[in-house]
Amino acid sequence: MKSKTIKINCLARVEGEGALYIKVKDRTVVEVQLKIFEPPRFFEAFLRGRAFTEAPDLTARICGICPIAYQMSAVHAMEGALGAEVGGQLRALRRLIYCGEWIESHALHVYMLHAPDFLGYDDAIQMAKDHPEIVQRGLQLKKVGNEIMSLLGGREIHPINVRIGGFYKVPSRRELAPLAERLRWGRDAALETVRWTAGFTFQDFEQDYEFVALRHPSEYPFNEGRLVSNKGLDIAIEVYDDHFVEEQVEHSNALHSTLRGRGAYFVGPLARYNLNFDKLSPLAQEAARSAGLLPFCRNPFQGIIVRSVEILYACDEALRIIEEYEMPEKPAVEVHPRAATGYGCTEAPRGILYHRYRIDDNGIIEDAKIVPPTSQNQKTIESDLHQFVRKYISLPKEKLTWQCEQAIRNYDPCISCATHFLKLEIEHA
Amino acid sequence: MPERGKRKLAVWKFASCDGCQLSLLDCEDELLAIAGRIQIACFPEASRAVVKGPYDLSLVEGSITTADDVERIRKVRRASKYLVTIGACATAGGIQALRNFKDVKEFISIVYARPEYIRTLDKSTPITEHVKVDFELRGCPINKRQLVEVISAFLHGRKPNTPPHSVCIECKLRGTVCVMVAHGTPCLGPVTHAGCGAICPSYDRGCYGCYGPMETPNTSSLSHWWTHLGVKEDDIFRVFRGFNAYAEAFRKESETHEKQ
Repeated sequence: MKSKTIKINCLARVEGEGALYIKVKDRTVVEVQLKIFEPPRFFEAFLRGRAFTEAPDLTARICGICPIAYQMSAVHAMEGALGAEVGGQLRALRRLIYCGEWIESHALHVYMLHAPDFLGYDDAIQMAKDHPEIVQRGLQLKKVGNEIMSLLGGREIHPINVRIGGFYKVPSRRELAPLAERLRWGRDAALETVRWTAGFTFQDFEQDYEFVALRHPSEYPFNEGRLVSNKGLDIAIEVYDDHFVEEQVEHSNALHSTLRGRGAYFVGPLARYNLNFDKLSPLAQEAARSAGLLPFCRNPFQGIIVRSVEILYACDEALRIIEEYEMPEKPAVEVHPRAATGYGCTEAPRGILYHRYRIDDNGIIEDAKIVPPTSQNQKTIESDLHQFVRKYISLPKEKLTWQCEQAIRNYDPCISCATHFLKLEIEHA
Repeated sequence: MPERGKRKLAVWKFASCDGCQLSLLDCEDELLAIAGRIQIACFPEASRAVVKGPYDLSLVEGSITTADDVERIRKVRRASKYLVTIGACATAGGIQALRNFKDVKEFISIVYARPEYIRTLDKSTPITEHVKVDFELRGCPINKRQLVEVISAFLHGRKPNTPPHSVCIECKLRGTVCVMVAHGTPCLGPVTHAGCGAICPSYDRGCYGCYGPMETPNTSSLSHWWTHLGVKEDDIFRVFRGFNAYAEAFRKESETHEKQ
């Protein structure tokens, strides 16, 4: 009887702390555990008793990489509860700042965290010794995203300008103008990024996933839409809790989310792309086709190309918003508290992020529920590893371990988010 | 592989959101230059390669919330010549220190169905409660220009230039009209440590204290002024009980406004 274990005690190039443990016995994978030992921070508990107006700034602190996602899900949930409508240019500015976060977060993942796996480097700094101009391009692309965040949000991490009802201050057309020039460079750099990543060698690995993403009648989703899947799900976000369940497992401080009666599902760029290809801008669609990507992609390793297509889309969309922008008269619509429950679900860079709040007549939060994208992908990541190790079991252990890490990074997991996650242990016992 | 002649930098994470260490990667224009001068020897968020300690400079993000982390921070201290804490979690316990005012068991049961699987301490505490800290960089999140200053000061063997005055001085320096005086907007600027560059007032918003208390802040006088502006006791309580709730000056002020 031959068995082995693959262990990664501290998974690198992911946001937060996690480990992986895989046990193989007689060439059969007997156990896969994605362990999340990032300590719990109890956001849903301390939100109770806080004012409804505090939710965007408080929940932003769940994640320094995608604070806008938390702020957007929070403001939409609260506005839903209060019956406030935020439309026109204020709505457009929210899309614009979300474009900034996608560009920043995706460029970080594509260039700094994921590409080194495909090219055989430990990190982007090593990669920069052989490919300085590529790493520079990545950093500058990331910076374009951060410039949107800084101008519209006040700073890159934990922006201060987002509030329920809109913003504290809105920019003039003139203030937005310098961004347009940077975004035109960014759009060309993103196009190069799509071509560059399309040239990588990809594992032959496809699974029959259930992809879940928002879908909006007229646009690629950021803040609004119905939750849909490639296997028949089509629901309003208000009934999220009727369809998705969170379970606690012993090996993880992050709750696992599943689709009731159906099991694991897949959120993030690949899900959004597969369910919304027709809503991408013509330039992004054309770039995807030229890169050899079909409108429906089942290989999570190719997620790096899809992320690059989304950077391109975000630059294109940001440019459109800036071109059509007119400064609104007021930076925010007025909101008044009332006892109600509100639901928010927006597309964080890593996938759907669900918030639910119940507030009282004075706007004090009585109950909060937050389901981040990485919790939703956890089960799918474990199932990918199961299938992946089974398929590539004869690889040398060191190579297999690295490829397991890469399979995890396909999801750009954010462990800080999920505990409210990675170390790799493959045990060939 | 150790790089000859270069000093070694390590980045460590405890309970946190990753935002402060992301600030290093957000130095898009400076990152490769920094990596040219100093070896980034241990930075799991950015690299799968780890160069063994000891390290010349350790940047520590996050607060201590588990028994394992109490041990881990001691190991980090032993492996580090200089230890600098970055951000509100590492210097004051962070937003997760809100548990310090409540029963943590109740918090666990609100979030987790199987509380017995969860191991956590009653309190979220700053690094300085556990080991000697050589320098504390404030902010939720830290300012990346201040981070570059700290690394640069370390490389040149000098003290970092991070002014200890209040956010008010930063408003004056950048020429922002006082939001409290001119618009009656409640602002924590007078009692909050400088470093952000006074961002909020420049966006027509009052400071919410994410850099924590300045040296010797007069919090009770500020609360008095807030009351004049019509701010309710509960809201004064909540604003001090925020991202730096466990920092002494803000903790005491919040306690005087707490409902018995």
